[in-house]
Amino acid sequence: MRPADYFRIPDVSYRVWKVWMRNRDVFMKTIKVNFLVPFLEPILYLFGIGFGLGLYVGEMDGMPYAAFIAPALISISMMNASFFECTYASFVRMYHQKTFDAIISTPLNVDEVILGEILWGSTKSLINASIMLSVLSALQLVKLPDSLLLIPFSFLVGLVFSAIGMCFTAIVPTIDSFNYPTFLLITPMFLFSGTFFPLSALPEPVQLASQIFFPLTHAVIISRGLASGRIGAQSLVSLAWLASVGSILTILSINLMRRRLVA
Amino acid sequence: MPPIISAMGLTKIYGGIKAVDRIDFEIREGECFGFLGPNGAGKTTTMRMIQCAIPKTSGRLLVKGMEVDERPREIKRILGVVPQENNLDPDFTVLKNLTVYARYFDIPKGEAERRALELLRFVQLYERRDSPVDKLSGGMRRRLMLARALINEPEILVMDEPTTGLDPQARHAIWDKIRALKREGVTVVLTTHYMEEASQLCDRLVIMDLGRIIAEGSPAELIEEHVGSEVVEVDNRPEVLGLIAREGERYEMFGDRIHVLARDPKGFVSKLMGACDLERVAIRRATLEDVFLKLTGRALRD
Ligand SMILES: Nc1ncnc2c1ncn2[C@@H]1O[C@H](COP(=O)(O)OP(=O)(O)O)[C@@H](O)[C@H]1O
Ligand SMILES: [Mg+2]
Repeated sequence: MRPADYFRIPDVSYRVWKVWMRNRDVFMKTIKVNFLVPFLEPILYLFGIGFGLGLYVGEMDGMPYAAFIAPALISISMMNASFFECTYASFVRMYHQKTFDAIISTPLNVDEVILGEILWGSTKSLINASIMLSVLSALQLVKLPDSLLLIPFSFLVGLVFSAIGMCFTAIVPTIDSFNYPTFLLITPMFLFSGTFFPLSALPEPVQLASQIFFPLTHAVIISRGLASGRIGAQSLVSLAWLASVGSILTILSINLMRRRLVA
Repeated sequence: MPPIISAMGLTKIYGGIKAVDRIDFEIREGECFGFLGPNGAGKTTTMRMIQCAIPKTSGRLLVKGMEVDERPREIKRILGVVPQENNLDPDFTVLKNLTVYARYFDIPKGEAERRALELLRFVQLYERRDSPVDKLSGGMRRRLMLARALINEPEILVMDEPTTGLDPQARHAIWDKIRALKREGVTVVLTTHYMEEASQLCDRLVIMDLGRIIAEGSPAELIEEHVGSEVVEVDNRPEVLGLIAREGERYEMFGDRIHVLARDPKGFVSKLMGACDLERVAIRRATLEDVFLKLTGRALRD
């Protein structure tokens, strides 16, 4: 493919929602289990890190430690829900179950299948973020109603991480290969995106790299702004960053997938 | 009537491999048309080009007058596809597999349910409608694949090795369904490497080998043209070979047996009896298998 081919505008229609609905139907079958993880995860982290470590840390950036990490926990959950949906789960559907092959024998095309998967990954992010938000607001760790904006925002963050995941899904030879992006990208992001301590604690070059390359950094900036009710101008930059990287990578992942599936 | 599917110089190249190499064929509306060939002949590649799953490298391919690379959505709307490998959705039950698939064709929910149940009766899976698909036997899964391919009431049914790996009962069950569909006017395109399947089901067929079409016609025409009506089977002995050489007959060797495609089988047998002392001479009707082996040779193709 020529370089421009990687950014060809996808040929998509309303049919993307049929792919989304297929995944929703599977999700609804085991809805109780699906709700358990995002419900328990923040509680676990809050007790372990927020309240436990918080006892020694006291305040961070002028807020109680638990309140400092609460929006980061939501952002991490947005990342995990969507990234893992569009890597491991999508790969199983594509490679092992041949679900994509089955769908493209119908009037749907590959572009629609992949965009449907990405929108589903974004939805997973939204579902998990909403559940966590309800737990964290019950504990009065986030401000209402400002924090409700985290719900639509989680869809955008989900889109970015779904698209990143889908790019890997388009190129990995086997499912085990996902260990590389998980370890080399997701784990560092988990630690160095202003999640558990402010970005300013890091050396300048690392701060810069984190802001240039890590979507989670931008997700945390906005989430923390919304959760504390003090949204700054920096959030607009982050929003623009997420929106542009999200759209570019979505388009890239669709073209990479077309190359993989339609040879 | 114009052909419902036609290919002209159709070619597919993978890397350097010519999977399909400048083939021409015309499939008529309402017939059952077969692609017969050994492994690697290019049958699956041809089916996947017809169903718009992969782009062709060159040549032309028209389905109902539509170019495959111009109007894939319209083509896929009128096609039912049973691929070589099952790809049922393991996350759903038998019935749900059909209704979810119906949604891809914009079939409304109620109508989808009605069609799905009717099709499950047709393929004898109605009682199993709430089973998860991984609880089904191989034959049941194949029948469910067929039912799924029919959910959009296709004009053309494309089946890639519909019965490979099935036991005889399961195979006959599928054949019955294919015949029933043909009676309803569905055009059936199938691939197979089973001669019996091709002769039982196909009105016309092509034999493919190494990406090329090497013969074409109805099963009877192919047999008549390439083998004649009968085949003489005899033990492989030097004196038999000698006689064959003197008579100038065509033959094929199968280990310790020889198949002689004699011009006058009965006359040849009496000459054989006169010339040599033989115990195991048989004269039998020629089959598509004789044509196939004659044209594609006997080397293994895996
Ligand atoms: N995706 C592919 N990439 C490379 N080569 C392929 C691919 N698919 C098929 N081939 C090659 O094309 C030839 C024809 O394959 P296929 O159409 O599957 O044959 P058949 O279905 O008759 O067994 C084979 O040599 C096969 O190895
Ligand atoms: Mg094949």
